[in-house]
Amino acid sequence: MSAHPSPTATLDEALRAAPSDTLTTPAAHLKGDTPISVRAHLRHTGALIRRNLLWIRQDPESMFDAILFPVIFTLLFVYVFGGSIGKSLGGGQDAYVQYVVPGLMAMMGMNMAQGVGTGFNQDFNSGVMDRFRSLPIGRGSVLFAKIAVELMRMLFATAVLMLVAVLVGYDVHRWDGLLASVGLSVVFGSALMWVFLTLGVTMKNAQSVQAMGFLVLMPLQFGSSIFAPTASMPGWLRNFTDYNPLSALADTARGLMEGGPVAHDLWVTLIWSVGLTAVMAPVAIHKFRTKS
Amino acid sequence: MTRIDDNPAGGRSAVTVRGLVKHYGETKALDGVDLDVREGTVMGVLGPNGAGKTTLVRILSTLITPDAGEAVVAGYDVVRQPRQLRRVIGLTGQYASVDEKLPGWENLYLIGRLLDLSRKDARARADELLERFSLTEAARRPAGTYSGGMRRRLDLAASMIGRPAVLYLDEPTTGLDPRTRNEVWTEVKAMVGSGVTVLLTTQYMEEAEQLASELTVVDRGKVIAKGGIEELKARVGGRSLRVRPVDPLQLRPLADMLDELGITGLATTTVDNETGTLLVPILSDEQLTAVVGAVTARGITISSITTELPSLDEVFLSLTGHRASAPQDTTPADSLKEVAA
Repeated sequence: MSAHPSPTATLDEALRAAPSDTLTTPAAHLKGDTPISVRAHLRHTGALIRRNLLWIRQDPESMFDAILFPVIFTLLFVYVFGGSIGKSLGGGQDAYVQYVVPGLMAMMGMNMAQGVGTGFNQDFNSGVMDRFRSLPIGRGSVLFAKIAVELMRMLFATAVLMLVAVLVGYDVHRWDGLLASVGLSVVFGSALMWVFLTLGVTMKNAQSVQAMGFLVLMPLQFGSSIFAPTASMPGWLRNFTDYNPLSALADTARGLMEGGPVAHDLWVTLIWSVGLTAVMAPVAIHKFRTKS
Repeated sequence: MTRIDDNPAGGRSAVTVRGLVKHYGETKALDGVDLDVREGTVMGVLGPNGAGKTTLVRILSTLITPDAGEAVVAGYDVVRQPRQLRRVIGLTGQYASVDEKLPGWENLYLIGRLLDLSRKDARARADELLERFSLTEAARRPAGTYSGGMRRRLDLAASMIGRPAVLYLDEPTTGLDPRTRNEVWTEVKAMVGSGVTVLLTTQYMEEAEQLASELTVVDRGKVIAKGGIEELKARVGGRSLRVRPVDPLQLRPLADMLDELGITGLATTTVDNETGTLLVPILSDEQLTAVVGAVTARGITISSITTELPSLDEVFLSLTGHRASAPQDTTPADSLKEVAA
């Protein structure tokens, strides 16, 4: 069997030939392990993306959260808090719509990320994961595929959000800024997904993952500038919100979509994204690889 | 050069295990297990729940690493060459490990792609195996809607996609009703006919006898007996005859008569008053005939006579002197729950 099997026709033959080959050649016994090529990684990830997309086709209800979440949050915040917070912004509900929509968009990645952990935990505890892990694939492929599909869901949720936002009166000032914020949201969202994937792999059941996600996310979301300006908050809370990466993310989106300074917040967001990914992706893949 | 997988009985071993140890805290799941499976044979690993069977399979399929010891499968070391090893094995788990949300065809196509088949080859292989395992009609339905037997067949098909040299069947029929169990056995026998080496774990003596040529009995992480099926059966007292006289009052005299004649196996005849039957241990067909002859000569009318294989419990009792710890008696209703969970 060749060390780097070519992807297509010859491999089937190689597999067929494997038994006699490997059983009679002493060299096979001494050889080290063969690495998996980048092309093979992409092929495996692609096959697993197809699997996760078929899940959605099989169970369209799984898209409900991606539809309902942006609808409910937009309506809730705009109509319940919009009037009063808008006043403090020196306008009314309209002013609040312009304020909160970039924030909600920034939040989309985070909410999708939370779901990744829960879903992956259930998937991980099913027998099919043992089968995947007994196949000659890069084990990161399973995680990459999950993240790719969740990012697609997130983009879908973002599109729903923008639709509702326009319906409740959001004025798109800068299309390039809008696209840039979507991109940033994807970057930050995928970084968070690694965090939740790690939780999903390490925690015992889906309920704990969900509870844990809720515990972490609630203070981070509400203790940020996503829903309301931080100016009126007490000093101790402002210290928290100022260092909260979600504030930086929301403020960057706001700057990009509405105009205003973005440089500092953009850097903070990017550093957080890169940092989380650099630390958590290897941890998640390692945990996935070694979990018994 | 002497290799670890040179089989003592000649030829090369497809699976060689030496001193395998895996502890979970205080629990010794495997406590120094040795095993040799010759190429092209079926090795049955018999033991109760918690004996370490599944741990063994999980180590041999690279899902977990051993704490100590060595294992070589088809020439590849489980710890040092896991990726190469994964190319030559097939795994069928205790609970059907197929994706329930995906249609049967998609399950097989996915595995084909993950095994680096081209799209075209993966499609062809999926079609071929669905046909082979009589699942073509259900190809487009989600596997979650399949019956227990269909799911196991899909699971078997999935493990055959890569044309494995070694196939692990981890309790392939646990929780299936007898009819479905026979169905799975037929499939497994056909697979064995194609030359693959099989490592089968089971809790059922009957299953081991149906499928395996050699048997390793494990208990609490240790091998307590190994050998050919016939040899082990003889050691544990072979089969039993269950005889039901029409008149329950004949039970005792009949038992005494058989023991006096000395035509029964190693153990003595036992009277089961609850069911109104006698359990007569026998070692051969000649003994069976002799028992029937003696009953007839005595002029006792019997309403039924059946042969029974020793249960796992009996095997354990005679090999270890203690009962198998918590053997599972799964009914079809339970199995549905298990599969659903």
